[in-house]
Amino acid sequence: MSQTDAAFADAREPAPESAVSVRGVSKNYGAVEALKNMSLEFPRGQLTSLLGPSGCGKTTLLKIIAGLIPADAGAVEVNGKTIRGPGDDRAFVFQDFALLPWANVLRNVAFGLELRGVAKSEREAIAEKYIANVGLAGFEKSFPHQLSGGMRQRVGLARALSVDAEVLLLDEPFSAVDEQTRRKFQEDLLSLVQNENKTFIFVTHSIEEAVYVSDQIAILLPRPSRVSEIIRPTSFRNKGVENIRRDPEYLDIVDEIWASLRSYVE
Amino acid sequence: MQVFGVKLPAMSSLVLWGLLWEVVGQMGLTFFLPPLSQVIVTLFEIIGTPPFLKALWETGYAFFMGVFFAIVIGIPVGILMGKSRFLDELLLPWVNIFVSAPLTALVPVLMVLFGFGLTSIIITTALFAIWIIILNARAGVRQINRSLVEMARSFGASPLDAFAKIYFWAALPEILGGVRIGVIRAVKGVIIGQLLISIVGFGALFELYASNFLMGHFWAVLIILFALAFSISEFLGYLERKVAYYAAKR
Repeated sequence: MSQTDAAFADAREPAPESAVSVRGVSKNYGAVEALKNMSLEFPRGQLTSLLGPSGCGKTTLLKIIAGLIPADAGAVEVNGKTIRGPGDDRAFVFQDFALLPWANVLRNVAFGLELRGVAKSEREAIAEKYIANVGLAGFEKSFPHQLSGGMRQRVGLARALSVDAEVLLLDEPFSAVDEQTRRKFQEDLLSLVQNENKTFIFVTHSIEEAVYVSDQIAILLPRPSRVSEIIRPTSFRNKGVENIRRDPEYLDIVDEIWASLRSYVE
Repeated sequence: MQVFGVKLPAMSSLVLWGLLWEVVGQMGLTFFLPPLSQVIVTLFEIIGTPPFLKALWETGYAFFMGVFFAIVIGIPVGILMGKSRFLDELLLPWVNIFVSAPLTALVPVLMVLFGFGLTSIIITTALFAIWIIILNARAGVRQINRSLVEMARSFGASPLDAFAKIYFWAALPEILGGVRIGVIRAVKGVIIGQLLISIVGFGALFELYASNFLMGHFWAVLIILFALAFSISEFLGYLERKVAYYAAKR
């Protein structure tokens, strides 16, 4: 327990500078309160997970940060500026990949740049670089229906990376891929957070996944939706990907989160 | 089709029906049905004659103009109806009425409004084709994957970009299906127009041959018309199959 206590003590220390701030955001769908007066800070250059049972509003919050859904009250600030809709500073990775089925991998990865008016030769050069980065070199001319689920999500990730946004928003990106691919993705995500100087906001319903990849975990609870606690794991992040899952702190935090969530799961 | 385990080439049933036609025609039961061989001989006689080419030009022009307007108006209207709840509620009742209405009955009204010329024929053709094109484009847009739309928005797509790069392509399989059926209806529309409004084109040929009991000529022109409509429809079917690979995966 001592390690968990240490982690919780650490969480109360002042967090690093925020790339994204959510200030008192509320959202109602008719009579249903999806989010109520929610505030949350997302430290720059780190990965924050939004974790909670279904119906806790984690995807709604992510889409409000993306500017896809307007908030009823409150504000979202990116680099201190209040957002009004989608912007160049954020890129989204979708749960169901959201690839254009009629376009090949190259055009799909370049599509974000295409919409931003980047010239064809330039955007394709950038896209090719990120296709290679996510390990899909040689598949540029393939179509999404010719790829496995895991490869499709690599295309979605490459598309989000190629627009070079400061903030990456990931909506349960690995939930539609198989378990082994998912583990590889989680390892790749860790090196991505380390190598790319970006802020990651990651929605997941998997406790293990959240603890494995996160610098900071925000536990969201439903009805009404609120941030119940923020956990910052400290000791296992630099011990190497293969040691994380047997680190005592990792196991303690997973147990701790399950203990606080179990009463909300039917 | 397979008969006794032997795979027959496509449309081989036509041979059977052609034979039946020939036999009934040779028996001379009715002037209405000359033998198929005689019809085909007549067909090659009239193809290339000035009256035939003139009719082909008049009909083809009215047909393609009508189809053109049905497509360039029908597809955007259908897509907008699929996107906008307001437009949909405003226009859907009218589209549903016209898609099933007996449009032939409206032709006299068109003659009053637009006269007895080419304009009325083109409008008749377009009216036959447009409604199913609208309905199919609308259906194509309504089944679009929401996250594709969100993806485009999240990367900053303008409404025009979203229209041209997402909605149109996502709805393309349905749109092509609608255009294919619309074109078949337009063949009906152009002939009805040419029979009722002004006696020109193939409509005039049908009128001429039927009233002079030239049944060989009558059937020959009908076969040519069938063949033209069938070719266009098959071509659109081919385009449809080319996009079918993603129709199931949107």
